Order: sequence, then structure tokens, then C-alpha cells
Amino acid sequence: MSDTVLEIKDLYVSYGGIEAVKGISIDVHEGKIVTLIGSNGAGKSTTLKSVAGLVKPKSGSIKYKGQELIGLSPDKIVSAGVVLVPEGRRVFPNLTVKENLRMGAYLRKDDLTADYEYVYELFPRLKEREWQLAGTLSGGEQQMLAVGRALMSKPELIMMDEPSLGLAPLVVQDIFKIIKTINKAGITVLLIEQNAFMALETADWAYVLETGEITHSREGLDLLEDNTIQEAYLGKSKA
Amino acid sequence: MSNTKKRIDRGSLITLCIILLIFVVTVVLENTINANSLLFTVIRKGAVYSLVAVSMNLLNGFTGLFSLGQAGFMLLGAYTYAILTIPNSVRDTIYYLFQGSSFHFSLLDIFQGALGETFGLIVAVILACICAGIVAAFFAFLIGLPVLRLKSDYLAIATLGFAEILRAIFQWEKLGKVTNGANALRGYPTFSDFNIKNSSGMIVFRLSSFVPLLLAGICIAIIVLLINSSYGRAFKAIRDDEVAAEAMGINLAKHKQLSFCISSFFAGVGGALFAMFASTVQAKTFTSAMTYEILLIVVIGGIGSISGSCLASFLYIACSEWWLRFLDNTMYIGGTQVPLLRNGFRMVVFSVIIMIVVLFFRQGIMGSRELPDLFRRKRIKEGKSDE
Repeated sequence: MSDTVLEIKDLYVSYGGIEAVKGISIDVHEGKIVTLIGSNGAGKSTTLKSVAGLVKPKSGSIKYKGQELIGLSPDKIVSAGVVLVPEGRRVFPNLTVKENLRMGAYLRKDDLTADYEYVYELFPRLKEREWQLAGTLSGGEQQMLAVGRALMSKPELIMMDEPSLGLAPLVVQDIFKIIKTINKAGITVLLIEQNAFMALETADWAYVLETGEITHSREGLDLLEDNTIQEAYLGKSKA
Repeated sequence: MSNTKKRIDRGSLITLCIILLIFVVTVVLENTINANSLLFTVIRKGAVYSLVAVSMNLLNGFTGLFSLGQAGFMLLGAYTYAILTIPNSVRDTIYYLFQGSSFHFSLLDIFQGALGETFGLIVAVILACICAGIVAAFFAFLIGLPVLRLKSDYLAIATLGFAEILRAIFQWEKLGKVTNGANALRGYPTFSDFNIKNSSGMIVFRLSSFVPLLLAGICIAIIVLLINSSYGRAFKAIRDDEVAAEAMGINLAKHKQLSFCISSFFAGVGGALFAMFASTVQAKTFTSAMTYEILLIVVIGGIGSISGSCLASFLYIACSEWWLRFLDNTMYIGGTQVPLLRNGFRMVVFSVIIMIVVLFFRQGIMGSRELPDLFRRKRIKEGKSDE
């Protein structure tokens, strides 16, 4: 099988005495889509933020290609090839679409022409709105911009925090198509979703997080069939 | 795309022409009409305030750090400039209350000795201005280490406190040999020293209003270049969304510190220019009221607009120093005194104007647009009507 690129071991994170993540371990294999599902407050976002360096974990280890990420500053982690698409899109509203993309490549010093083209190819709509302020885009377009912006850093591992949040069902399908396309291009994806159905359909491997602990870990489609998961996250009643 | 590029150039070109025109008109007016006209006070003070307002806008409008320390950094700049350029011949008479100054080093003497009167003056003034900026930036760096962790209101309170403490320290008697305590510093080169005189001391060509415009203009141009660089974009990204900026690999602490130091550098230079404008430096002028004045200019001009800040500072200074002056003088029409016109009424009218601006023009004069944008907008509209 493929190598493990991201290895989270016994991760504990607490916010002012309240433990949000209680000793979780996750393996992400190269070139796969891995999803973390779970309800609100399960510790999904905290886990991703810890990997991105935005939150300092209490203990545990996060290894990316053998390199310890805990203690590194967020810019070093982006340089290492790990990028986070934060929850709720969070584009820079007063910068143009192109400037937003350029910010994604802030740490890169090389030529960006090919990367702009790659992103515009993935999201033709962004090309049309190149000179528009990002704040004037629709929700779906903003999500595309957020993903495009993250891709501009030339990541090897992209982490997405609830990319489907607050988007129309059709747009959600588009986003998931894009996730698959990105993955086929060789980028490993770690995905957090509340939309468990879509996430499990897309993912190669899935972890279920409940109140800071991992309760299930299985192949995505397998998990989709699981009765307990269906009850908890897909809203199907006991038959 | 090439079309857009062309438009950008045209808009900037028109703006550049306007600025040049203002420079030329200033020089011409200065040498033709009464040199004591309030117009020139407005131009000089307006230029100084433009620079300080733009430096504040860099921090508040472009980086999203709400700081109220501007008067403190101006104070540092003004004192640095004055102390470095007072000629040694007059130094001890200025510091007479403290039996002379402990500082016997004057850039003006050094350079005028080495390079001659005129050229020496220019080099000394420019060097002293840069030193003023560096001192302000250095203090900003020190204060920034603990203070920049704070957000919004807390940062404002901390920087305001810093400025007030600084003002008290500079008035402290124990430092009298350096700062002259609560007494004024004077005798250093001012804007009027840039007027070209003939051998008998008669002024042959006036430049005293052009020089502040030029110096402030150069500094503002540097800030504009900075804002349009990749650092400027990073500042705007931090302002728009800190978390996203950090996730994109922008080092928040480093960039905030950088923006704070650069802003303070130019506030320091602005302080030096203010010293040149006022011809005396006294710590008690750099009150928090001064910071509020500058904040007001930034808000009226539009937070996030450089040209707005410049425009607003000239308007503000013109109103407070010139156009609304008549409101303070009692006036008689046919033997009866016009009601309300008395000392202090100017400030009442002024406050009302500001309230109107804040209520009905919340974005300020320019919003977040710049002068070249206005010309560009017009061009785009023209292009559309052609179709």
C-alpha cells in the first residue's frame, strides 16, 4: 500500500481546561481522500487546526512525512506542503479574486503563471471574475476561491474544513467533484464534513469522531453501510 | 488584460499630473501673492498632517490594527529632529534653565561646515528626518513586542497610554538637559529656512510651502509603493481575515510588527516636519487630542484610502485654520452684534460638520477608493456608453 504522509498520534488538545480532543490517532495515506466525520463539537476542526499550527496541542505528535509539525509556526507548515482551507470559506473580501489567489502563494518566490492557469481551469468562473472583489462573490464561488487559494501554495496535503457548509445542494456536488479532481492530480485530501453521506461516498477512508475520541475507522463506503453510523449521522431510523 | 493595464496607467498618470500641478501652483502662488496668507499655513500644516494621517491609515485602514499612539511617535520624531539639528551656537541659550544642554552634536553644524550653507542644510534636514523616523520606529518595535498581541480596543488603549506616558517623560525635569523639560526647543531649521535669500538676507525665491509638500509627498509615495507590494497585500489580508491569513502562511506577528514600525517611522518623520512647521517643539502639544484630530482626518477621508486621507487633511486644516475663522470673531452688522459669533463658536460648527459627515457619509470622502480609481471609473463608463 501507499505510504503514510500524515500520522497523528495520541493527540490531546484543550481550550482553557476543556479537552476538545482526547487522544486521537489518525493515519493519512498518500494520494487518498480521508474524511473525519462527527457532530458539532466532536473536535474535528480542532484536529485540523492543530495540524495547520493554528492551535497548540497539549500532547501527542503530528508527523508529516516523518517531520514533527507540533511546535512549527503555521508558515513553516504551509512551506512544508500542508495547507488548510478554513471553515466558512474565509476569503479576503476586500481583495480581488486574483489577489486572493496570490495570497495563497505568499510564501512562494517562483513564477505563478502556470498555477493561475491550473486554478482557472479547475474553476472557470473565477477566471471570469478575476478583477472582482472576493466579497462580492456568491457563497459557492467563495468556496471555490478558498480552495483555489489553498492550491496556489502547491500543497501535497490539502485539509478542508466543512467545504459544503451553507451551500446549495448542486454547488455541494460541484465542490465534491473538484475534491476528486484535485485528488486525482496527486494531492492527498483530509476532509472534515457534517454532510456525512457525501463525504463517505467520496472518501477512501473515514474516521468517526465523537466528543474528542475516534469511535470508528473504516473504508468510506463500508462505513456508509454501517447501521450505527446511519442512525447517528444519516438520519435513517432503525429498521 | 492589456486593456486594464492601460487604464491603470492612465488613471495614475492623471493623478500624477494633478499632483505636479499642485506643486507648480504652490511655488507660483508663493512667489506672487502675499506670503503671509493663511493659504500657506494650510498648505504646510496640511502636508504634515497628510503624512501622519497616511501613516495612521497604513496601520488602521490597511492592516486593521487600531492604534492611537500617533501623537507619541510624532513627539519622538519632533524631539529627535530638534535635538539633532539645533546649532551648537544657540544650544546653551535654549537650555538656559538647565545650565546648557548635555548634548553637543548638531547635524546642521557638521554638514553646513562640510558642504556649505544650502547643501549642508538640505542634507542635515533629510538625515535628521530619517533619524526621527528611526527613533520612532525603534520605540514602536519595543512597545510592539508586548502590545501587538492585543486586539482592537485594547490595542488602542495600550498605544494611547504609551503616547501619554511618553509625553509625561519628555516633560520630566530630570531629563531637562536633553529635552529641555517642559520648555520649548527652538532655533533648529524650519521650512522658512528653505527660502532662497540673496547676500543681503532678502528673500528672492520662496520655497517654504513647496518643501513640506515635497517631503510629505515623497514619504506618501513610499507608503503607496509599500501598499501595492506583496507586503501591502499581506497587510490587507490580515485586516480582512486573520485566521485565513495565518492559514495561508502569513506570519501574523512579524507582519503586524512590520506594519507598526513602518507606520511609526513615518509618524516620526511627520513629527519632524511638524517641528519644522511650528518652529518650536514642546511636549505639551502632542496630546491625545492631536491623535484624535488625525483619526478624524482618516475617518473623514475614508479608512483604507491614501488619497482620501490627504484630501481630508487639507480640508480639515483649511476649515480649522482658515475658512471657519470668522466664526470666532464678533461681528457687527449695522450696529447690532451678530448672535452666536464669539470665541469658540468655530469648534461648535466644526463638530456639527463632523457629525454630518459621520452620519451621512459613513465611508468618508473616498471610501476605500483612490484618486486614480475615480478617473478609471469614468473611463469604464465612457467605454460602456460607446457600445
